[in-house]
Amino acid sequence: MIKAPVNKIISFSNVDGPGNRTSIFFQSCPFHCLYCHNPETINYCIHCGKCVKTCPVEALSMINGKVVWDKDKCVSCDTCIKTCPNLSSPKITYMSVDEVLQHIIKSKPFIKGITVSGGECTNQHQFLVELFKEVHKLGLTTFMDSNGCRLYSEMADLMEVTDKVMLDVKAYDNDFHKLITGSDNDIVLKNLNYLLENDKIYEVRTVLLNNHQQNIKTVENVSRIIKDKCIYKLIKYRPFGVREEGLQFCGRAIISDQQINEMKELALANGATNVRIV
Amino acid sequence: MSRVMDIIKDETLTYQQQLLQLARYAENTEGPFLQSEEYQKAFAKGILCDLGEGMAPYRPRYIAPDYSILMEKGCKFLELDPPKDLLEATNALLIMYKHVPSITSFPVYLGNLDTLLEPFVVKMDRDEAKKILKLFLLHIDKTLVDSFVHADLGPKDSLTGRIILELTEEMQLAMPNLTLKYDSEVTPDDYAICAIKCMLKTSKPSFANHKMFVSEWGEDYVIASCYNGLKLAGGGYTLPRVRMYELSKEATSIEDFKKRVLPYYTELMLQFMDNRIRFIVEQSNFFKSNFLVKEGFVKRENFTGMFGLVGLGECCNNLLGITDKMKGYGHNKQADDLGVEIMEQLSSLIAAHKGLYCESTNNQYRLHAQVGIDSDGRENSPGARISIGAEPELMDHILHSCRFHKYFPTGIGDIFKFEETWYNTPESLLDIIKGALANGMRYFSGYLANNDVVRVTGYLVKKSELAKLDRGEASLNQCTVFGQGARNTSNALDRRIESYDQSTGK
Repeated sequence: MIKAPVNKIISFSNVDGPGNRTSIFFQSCPFHCLYCHNPETINYCIHCGKCVKTCPVEALSMINGKVVWDKDKCVSCDTCIKTCPNLSSPKITYMSVDEVLQHIIKSKPFIKGITVSGGECTNQHQFLVELFKEVHKLGLTTFMDSNGCRLYSEMADLMEVTDKVMLDVKAYDNDFHKLITGSDNDIVLKNLNYLLENDKIYEVRTVLLNNHQQNIKTVENVSRIIKDKCIYKLIKYRPFGVREEGLQFCGRAIISDQQINEMKELALANGATNVRIV
Repeated sequence: MSRVMDIIKDETLTYQQQLLQLARYAENTEGPFLQSEEYQKAFAKGILCDLGEGMAPYRPRYIAPDYSILMEKGCKFLELDPPKDLLEATNALLIMYKHVPSITSFPVYLGNLDTLLEPFVVKMDRDEAKKILKLFLLHIDKTLVDSFVHADLGPKDSLTGRIILELTEEMQLAMPNLTLKYDSEVTPDDYAICAIKCMLKTSKPSFANHKMFVSEWGEDYVIASCYNGLKLAGGGYTLPRVRMYELSKEATSIEDFKKRVLPYYTELMLQFMDNRIRFIVEQSNFFKSNFLVKEGFVKRENFTGMFGLVGLGECCNNLLGITDKMKGYGHNKQADDLGVEIMEQLSSLIAAHKGLYCESTNNQYRLHAQVGIDSDGRENSPGARISIGAEPELMDHILHSCRFHKYFPTGIGDIFKFEETWYNTPESLLDIIKGALANGMRYFSGYLANNDVVRVTGYLVKKSELAKLDRGEASLNQCTVFGQGARNTSNALDRRIESYDQSTGK
């Protein structure tokens, strides 16, 4: 039976697509964004055991060479995540489609649908195909929150069962994208066009740094591409949860209201009709 | 110093508040003639409580007049003709409100304002209607100075309702309390979303489960006072309460609680209710001479007795020997199941008692989850609520509430506190409310964490007015002092905040 590494399930989310939604966060991401605010979702646990020693309530133990997490003892202090040198977390549960569905069935009366996120959810391609089919049977919608790192056109089976995608376009300039994420953006931009052509886009998100000249280039180009086809969400970079390396690059300051409003005006002038600042 | 002198010299009381407290003092000089010796013992132990209703009740506790009669026929006693326009209608209502008695001496029910006023509002200019309604609401806030004053809207969409929601959000007043009777099949989403945005900013209106109330009361029900379901043109005679935590301390075991303690004290309370109701109907003048009765604004047979309780959760925890609230009621199936068993038994005991003068409720008194008073302390949470500070995440909290709301036709509700982003996503909250009501929640209230107007346990106060009392100044709203007590003794303003960041641990 296929299982996927689940970092967290949030029964009610008001910020992951239309209406109230259950959000499922999967572990692992091919990007290594400097401003990632949950960097513990980037890598799989390598069972080095360093976190076991620092847990203040003995909720972690090493059994047969593997780090095991005791959910009931855990007090969610996140000491393990701060300790981890590997951008990972020991609090990952490998779950089957059925197990994830049990959560969704419980929250079904209160939600419009589910949103899968991460990490990068498309790392769990086959799992999502199975999950989304079942979720559709419940009469709920299926959304992906994705960084667009894999070609959607090559995952036809997944796109067929995905209602809409919320896509991160972190930078239009390839060099800057590579600096921020460690990867090129050609696939991301291809994916943006694919989603537009196939009417699968719900929103595009761009994180804006304080006083950064790349802000204009990204907003200028993305807004011209998406026009009135979807929401354009401009997200203020926030230093909370960001690792040291990221703080050194991005700083601790949040972009001013004046700067981000100028970006919004730019997007509107380019024909994006639904621009939101978060 | 005597109690009378205390009242006369208290600088935090307004003149009106002094007058009411002196009247209560005078009433109580009659002594406990309606209380059996056994009741007095239970009262002394803190198990039963009459909510300070007074020793000699001279009116029913809650009165819900049918104001549509005022609209159609006027009122002979008040010499009011049927109103012909909005100005006359609001003026007639404001006059009548001042002659509707209650336990607080302020009217606890102001009518379904949209259905009463819509025929006048739709015939006139919107801005003009809004101006009149604004003065109407201002008049209520400044003269009916008690947060248990309550108006209803819905379930149908209306221009009047929309204007009142706009004004409520603009004016930021504590009075009146407001309910939207909500039925997802009748109330349009965009109207519900107006109500949600207003609720988040001003802690009102709350959402009442219209289908559920109709199934128990018929179409002609009202929501009055905190969240009390009652029959229109009727009301509630009296509302004494069992403090369930104190009750649980009487028992040597769960079996002893069910077999001996619960039946004994339930019977004591039912007898006490009989005594009070008999006195109100047979001795006091209300049902004999009050114009509301004589002109048919209320009918005696539409009144009922309300059997209140607080502290169900703490009762269950105590019976099971649970001391850590995070592992008890609200988090523990055994404790929750015990709560359901107790409610089933209590409902049966009450149903088996032939109530006095309550024909419209099948000659039975009805359960009420009382919101608590400050002297209840930390061990008796309102009604069947989970203790503040021990709330589970929102979905689990709602599903827990849904198990208990059906037992309380005369009212129960839960309050949820949201962080700012929810104001921008009212459709998300509508999804949650729809799910909650469909699963059996009776009454849903919410507000934003940084509001001035906040819902304490069932009633509204302004944090700025609490600050006045804290400084030793008087507050016009006579409920502010209850809010101060609830805040100080039971942390009533510190309930869990629903936030994405909290859910994600960020």
